[in-house]
Formats: sequence, structure tokens, C-alpha cells
Amino acid sequence: MYLLRLAWASLLNRRFTALLTLCSIALSVALLLAVERVRVEARASFAGTVSGTDLVVGARSGSVNLLLYSVFRIGNATNNIRWESFQHYAQHPQVRWAIPLSLGDSHRGYRVLGTSEAYFEHYRYGQNQALELAEGRAFAEDPFEVVLGSEVAKSLNYRLDQSLVLAHGVATISLVQHEDKPFRVVGILKPTGTPVDRTLHVPLSGIEAMHIDWQGGMPSAAQRISADQARQLALTPKAITAFLLGLNSKIATFAVQRDINQYSGEPLLAILPGVALQELWGLMSTAEQALFLISLCVVFVGLLGMLTVILASLNERRREMAILRSVGARPWHIAGLLMFESLALAALGILAGCSLVSLGIWLAQDAVQAHYGLYLPLAWPSTYELILLGTVLSAAWLMGLIPAWRAYRQSLADGLSIHS
Amino acid sequence: MQPTLELTHVQFSWPQQPELLLNIPQLQLAAGECLFLHGPSGSGKTTLLGLLSGIQKPTQGRICILGQDLSQRSAGARDHFRADHTGYIFQQFNLLPFLSVQENVELSCRFSKRRAQRAQQQHGSQGQAAKHLLQHLGLPSPLWSQRADSLSVGQQQRVAAARALIGQPELIIADEPTSALDADSRAAFLELLFSECQAVQASLLFVSHDLSLAPLFQRSLSLPELNQAHPVVGAC
Repeated sequence: MYLLRLAWASLLNRRFTALLTLCSIALSVALLLAVERVRVEARASFAGTVSGTDLVVGARSGSVNLLLYSVFRIGNATNNIRWESFQHYAQHPQVRWAIPLSLGDSHRGYRVLGTSEAYFEHYRYGQNQALELAEGRAFAEDPFEVVLGSEVAKSLNYRLDQSLVLAHGVATISLVQHEDKPFRVVGILKPTGTPVDRTLHVPLSGIEAMHIDWQGGMPSAAQRISADQARQLALTPKAITAFLLGLNSKIATFAVQRDINQYSGEPLLAILPGVALQELWGLMSTAEQALFLISLCVVFVGLLGMLTVILASLNERRREMAILRSVGARPWHIAGLLMFESLALAALGILAGCSLVSLGIWLAQDAVQAHYGLYLPLAWPSTYELILLGTVLSAAWLMGLIPAWRAYRQSLADGLSIHS
Repeated sequence: MQPTLELTHVQFSWPQQPELLLNIPQLQLAAGECLFLHGPSGSGKTTLLGLLSGIQKPTQGRICILGQDLSQRSAGARDHFRADHTGYIFQQFNLLPFLSVQENVELSCRFSKRRAQRAQQQHGSQGQAAKHLLQHLGLPSPLWSQRADSLSVGQQQRVAAARALIGQPELIIADEPTSALDADSRAAFLELLFSECQAVQASLLFVSHDLSLAPLFQRSLSLPELNQAHPVVGAC
């Protein structure tokens, strides 16, 4: 016990270099933890975005592409699919529910999703959680009603009954607005931590009504149709972007998938979301591993810095060791002092690194969620993170053996004489 | 009464080096005796001190301290023996700068149960023992809790003496402890050292190149005469 106090006092005596060493270890550990935390949470939030959906169906393209634009609202559809195709499969005997998805419009940078009431009823996220309304109701008969994702409502400060105008296309700054057909906010969803939060939900009929007087991708100048006139028209869509299917039994999944992929009406692609997610991980894992490796290297550099500092201090501490030897300290006492020093520096560095990450998450939580849609929880380290930290500590311990061994040899050779 | 220190036919050379660094047929230090050993550089002083403190083992011969043959013991046992029975004063910078004066004195008790117990028996506690010695060596109490490196060199050497004396070791080895002091404080330091050694009945082996100190001692010897190996360069 006294040895620990002695090592601590000696370390405090060199507090400036010790503090610098500690900082470099803390920063490297914080980087390692942050990379790991973001990686895990990104996966969790991706995996939690779609739950309970058996098949995602869209125009024939790549499965990852389809998953990205239909579920994550990233990128654009290569092609639309016909309404008849959707109806065909919505009535398929194996299909329990079907959610149509129509994308392509936006509102101040947020995507607009045209869908049906089935969306609020059957869409699941996270651990099979249903969407819940924080305020108001889901859209109903009127085509010009909109239900906001929580983040849309929060960041744009929208309330119930407010009216808003949607823009054509998905660019943040859109030149073409659907000014003649404003939508009324009827509901605001509770936060989900998924892209749903950043989406405006309107009925398919609303999408159809907005574009009813459009020709060739532009509003037709000759024939304007007002919102009220549009309400009177048949607003059945001709095409949608994709649809989600829930089946009666999981066993039927592959049969239905094959059936859709071989549909004779038009080329369709059906994917299992889990499989497509795995493909996505496959794409991302290289980058993830590279990032992880880099942060491991940074930790290694931090520990190497510690080793350098301790080794450099050995020479100037020969007197300290000779004094300790003269009062009867054994060489292993001296080695123990050095071991304790590297362990203390590493342990404190790890603690500081953990605090730094927590502080960083606490400060950046909202910004990260707003900009990247990634929810970083302020949590205790996971088992895996603890294993990582344990590994760092063990590495520090192993590295500490080097100065300890040198000090051992040195104190054996020097004895009570002081070479300086 | 058996001598505190007795060397017989002690020889030392480094492994794989045929040249003898030290060859002392006979050296004795009686209990309670203060011996001046004149050791100019190159006389094998460092080697001798390494052997006496048990850091090194002689290649031949016996080194007996309090009747115990050090050369028969393992390195760990010699370290233990040193902690229990020997107080050591260096030339300079004797103290750990990051500990307080009092903690520096108590340091000797931390590695030796025997000295800790003795200090406790005599003065009630290690702290009391340290304070008692510091007071006797003329260090005022406000200094006791200060960092050791805030003291003057002369004060530091007195703290070092207190550390060597605490817990009543039988042998005090001083390696040029006065070389950093001026002439006046040198004499004063020696006076204090003698009286404290006497008070705890310790023998003192005082090694120095400064012959002018020799008359202050009961007995003085010359290492170059004792050592028949005549090493050419200073041992290191």
C-alpha cells in the first residue's frame, strides 16, 4: 500500500508530463469509444427502422438501392411502379397488409411520403413498435391533410391546423412549389429515432391531387385545377414508388418473393429487408473496420507516448531509486513502482476518455440527431466497450513491463551509487 | 563483544573480468565505534560500499555484519538485512523531493518491520520517533511538513541523518555526507552525527576523501592502504 502512495506522490511530482500523457491517452480512448458507439448506434438505428415488414417491393434495381430509398429516404427511385401492380399484390392471398409508398416531393428539405392509412396501422419500427401520434389524428378522407414526423414539427415549429405548401422534387431549395394546394397539419407523430421523424406523411390522393394539372414535369399553364376542383376528381394514383408487404406467414416469404420477381405485368423487385441490411453492412464494414483500425492505432500511439515519457524519466529518477534501495527497497519494489505508474496513467486516461465521450455525446446529442438522424444514448459502456477498455488497460500493463524491467535491471546494476 | 562489521579476505571483481577491484584482507568496526575511512577516487570506495550494503556479493571472503555473513545470503535477504540494520547517508540529494521532511525520515521504517517496531517502542510511534530525531538534529518543527526539496543542503543532510538513524540500526554508513557543506557546518554536522550515533549506540563508518576530517574521529584508516588490489581507474 505504501508503495502505491509513493508511486502516486512521485507521479504528482511530475504532474505536467503526467497530465499531458494522460490527455493523449484520454483523447485516444475517447476516439476509440466514439467510433465504436457511432458504429453500434448507426447499426441499431438502421436495423430498427424497419421491423415486421416481410418484403419491400419496388421497380427492378439493386436491393440495397431499393432499401435505401424506400425505407431510409436516401437517394431516389430509379423508376416507379404501376398502381395495378400494387393492387395485384395487396390482394394476394398470402398478404396480410400492404403499405404503398410514393416519394418525390419535399418540404424545406424534409421528404414527403404519400401513403395510405395502412401505414399508421401496420408500419413497425425498433422492437416491433407501432407509430403513435403525439397530437391530432392520422389523415383521413381529405387529400390535403398532412401528418408530421416529430422532428419536422419540432425543427420547423409547426402546430396542428397550420397549413403548409409542399415543393416538387427533393432538393432543399426547390423552385417549383405546389402553392395552389396547401396542406393542413392534422397530426404529429411521437419520436421514433428513425427516418419517420423527418418525413411528412400525406395521403396518396394528396400526391395525386398536387400533380393532377401537371404535364411533362411542369405545371400546365393552360389548365389550372384548384384544390377544391381536385377534391371532386377521382384521385386514384397511376403509379407509386414502392410498397411494403406483411405476410400471413413467414414461411410464404420466399414463395411470394419469387412470385413478385417473376411478375409478368412489369419488372419488379422484392427484397427481404434483413437480407438487404446485411448487404448494406457488407458494404459499410470495410469503412467501419478501417475507422476502427485507425482508432486502435491512435490508442497505440497514445500508449507509446506514455511508454516514451516513462522511459525518458527513468534516467532522471536513478537517484530516487538509489535512495529507495538504500532504505531497503528490493528491485521488485522499484519495478512495481514503474508498473503502477503506467497502470495508473492508463486507468486514469481511460476514465477521462470515457468521461470525454459522455460529455461529447451529451453536448452533441441533439445536433447529431438533427443532422444525421442518429440517436446516441448517454449510456454506461457496453460489455463490448468494457472488453475494449480492458484490452487497452492490458496493453498498457504489457507496455509497463518494459520500463519496469529496465528499472529493475538499472537498480540492480546501480545499487546505491548514483550515476548522473 | 562481537564487532559490528568484520571483513576477512574479501575480494571482488566483476564477472568475466579478471582484474581485482578490491582485495581487503582485514577490516573491523567495533560496536559503537566511529571510523573514518579515507577513500579518494580510484581507491575502490564505491565497490566497497556496494559490498557493505549488500548490493553486491564478494567473489571471495566473508563480510560479517553483527556476526551474520552477508556473502552467504541471497540478494533479497541482503536487501532485507540492509533495511533492518544499516542506515545510509549519501553525498548529496538524499531525500525524495516529493515527500515531506518527516515522511522522508519515516521512509526507513516503511521497508523494515524491525526498525518500525523499534521506533514505535522507543517513541510511541514512527512519527514521534521522526520528530524526536529531527528536533535533536536541530530542524525546527515548521520545516517538518514541508517538501524536502525546499530545505537548504545542510538541512537536507541532517534530515538524511535522521532517516539513517531512525529505528536504531546498528551500522551507519556515510558516503561523503559533508562534501556539499561549508567548513563550519561540516564540523557541526559531524558533532550532531556523533552524538546521535552514540545515543542509539550505532557504529559509524564514514567514508571521505577529505583528510582534514580524520582528526575528529576515534580511529581512521586509509582505503588505498587497506585495498591491496590497487585498481587503476575509479571503480564504477
